[in-house]
Amino acid sequence: MSARARTTFLILLGALALLLGVPLLLSGWILFLLTVAAAKALAVLGIVLLLRGKLLTFGHALYYAVGAYAAGMTVKYLGVHEVLVLLALALAAGVATSAVLGLLVARYRAVYFALLNLAFSMVLYGILLKFYSVTGGTDGLGIAEPTLGGFRLGGSSLRLAMYELTVVLTTLLVYATYRFFMSPTGYTLRAIKDNEVRVEYMGVSVWRAVYVSYIIAGGLAAVAGGLIAISVGHITPDLAFWSQSGEFVFVAILGGTGSVLAPIVGSILFEFVRNYAFELSPYTWQMTLGIILLLIIFFLPGGVWSLTALASRRSAR
Amino acid sequence: MEPDGVGFAAERPVTALLETVGLTRFFGSVRAAEDLNMRVEPGEVVGIIGSNGSGKTTFLNLATGYLKPERGRILLEGRDTTALLPRDITRLGVARSFQIPQLYLGMTVLETMLLSVAARAGHVGVWGPLKRPGWADEGLQVLAQFGLDPHAGRAVRELPEGSRKLLDIALAVALRPRLLLMDEPTAGVSTEDKFEVMDTLLGVISGSGITTIFVEHDMDVVQRYSQRVMVFDQGLVIAEGEPAAVLADPEVRRAVLGHV
Repeated sequence: MSARARTTFLILLGALALLLGVPLLLSGWILFLLTVAAAKALAVLGIVLLLRGKLLTFGHALYYAVGAYAAGMTVKYLGVHEVLVLLALALAAGVATSAVLGLLVARYRAVYFALLNLAFSMVLYGILLKFYSVTGGTDGLGIAEPTLGGFRLGGSSLRLAMYELTVVLTTLLVYATYRFFMSPTGYTLRAIKDNEVRVEYMGVSVWRAVYVSYIIAGGLAAVAGGLIAISVGHITPDLAFWSQSGEFVFVAILGGTGSVLAPIVGSILFEFVRNYAFELSPYTWQMTLGIILLLIIFFLPGGVWSLTALASRRSAR
Repeated sequence: MEPDGVGFAAERPVTALLETVGLTRFFGSVRAAEDLNMRVEPGEVVGIIGSNGSGKTTFLNLATGYLKPERGRILLEGRDTTALLPRDITRLGVARSFQIPQLYLGMTVLETMLLSVAARAGHVGVWGPLKRPGWADEGLQVLAQFGLDPHAGRAVRELPEGSRKLLDIALAVALRPRLLLMDEPTAGVSTEDKFEVMDTLLGVISGSGITTIFVEHDMDVVQRYSQRVMVFDQGLVIAEGEPAAVLADPEVRRAVLGHV
């Protein structure tokens, strides 16, 4: 391991230890915000992954909602309460859904890709809304008494357990995504961004790389949905709404697309800014977010994460 | 296939590496290929010459499955590849380079090369890294053959045009093809450099025994580097044979130089 790689590794290890140790210091509310941020970061990571291939989706909340409802409906209709089982089912539902829709979606690019995803997500939104008897319609579903390893969770124990679990799972999935980025298929996705024709002339299937990437991105968002469903304890069709998809894209741009860690930074920043902007000014918080997005686009086109590149360049000087 | 007479077969194998039968393709009223019949035997270096619009690049696009012919067939070692996609034909051992380099500008030279090496190895994994020692050695070796190894860590975007051209061809060679198709390897290369570029290319090609078809509009290059030349004019093969003889033909010179 090079000196630089070792430094990076130690910094990351320190950050992880800090995150895992945070509950000793912080209030329950902030812990909850961090849980939400770390979970949603996975959905944002899916957006960032697809953006490496210049694939922009405005319907990624589809998989977020699929994961959340897979967990929620399993509790309600199958009476399974075990958190790890629920999360595995959320992942499986997300992967299965993206594997089916991906057969079609992976053939499209640019605005068609973005809007086809949007369309599918709004179809799911409609289904969740209208099938009241199954989904609870706008009332949604409550997720009662989840258990972890047989222990019933509730109140502060739920908050703490879900926080630690989310940090661990997000870390593992961020690492897995990093491996994917460094793999032949991950690089192929970047190559597709530049020149699809050449990829095919290397004997490599562009369609397959896009399809595989789409499934991974869908799986990441579904795990995010499962984590949120259990942490919040209640799910509604809004999870699939287009504005939720837009939020994921917003956070992806806010954090930046240059690193697998950027979505985490972006997501934490977003949740805190939204929370405090809302507290300070309940009627203009969306404007605050809009202004922040404008500032990022004009002054930090690489997202907040690009600040770390500036910092490391400065320290190298 | 029925074997022909022994003497004939020894000179001309029954199954050509590449054979086209009655290949025809129009673009509207423009004839890009009509009743094109050609055979390329293993180990040959064939030059295709013709003016702009004579159907040279169309031939490469047809042979690699990028375009589909209206009529006719393409046979690779006797196997009909007419209906296949470029990636399938590539996997059967036909690699192609481009007149305008087709590269991944957002990557480094080595990363680009490693994608070719991974493709050669038939590897499309999602977990193991692209940058692994065995592949890196192989990739650097190919880059070195083209004198590109000093640029390995550079961004493709920063490469000068001549090096991009070589990298474009190196990516095709790294696939270890049986048949290499090159589209105007010296296009965009300065007059002083073109022989040097061709010497490098032919050195690599003859060293590895890759059958090669290259398309050119430069008579000097074709005469010097091809064993056999085919002259295209408005979608037809108007002459074929040993380069010096064919290129001396005034009819050929008129066709190639005439309507540039």
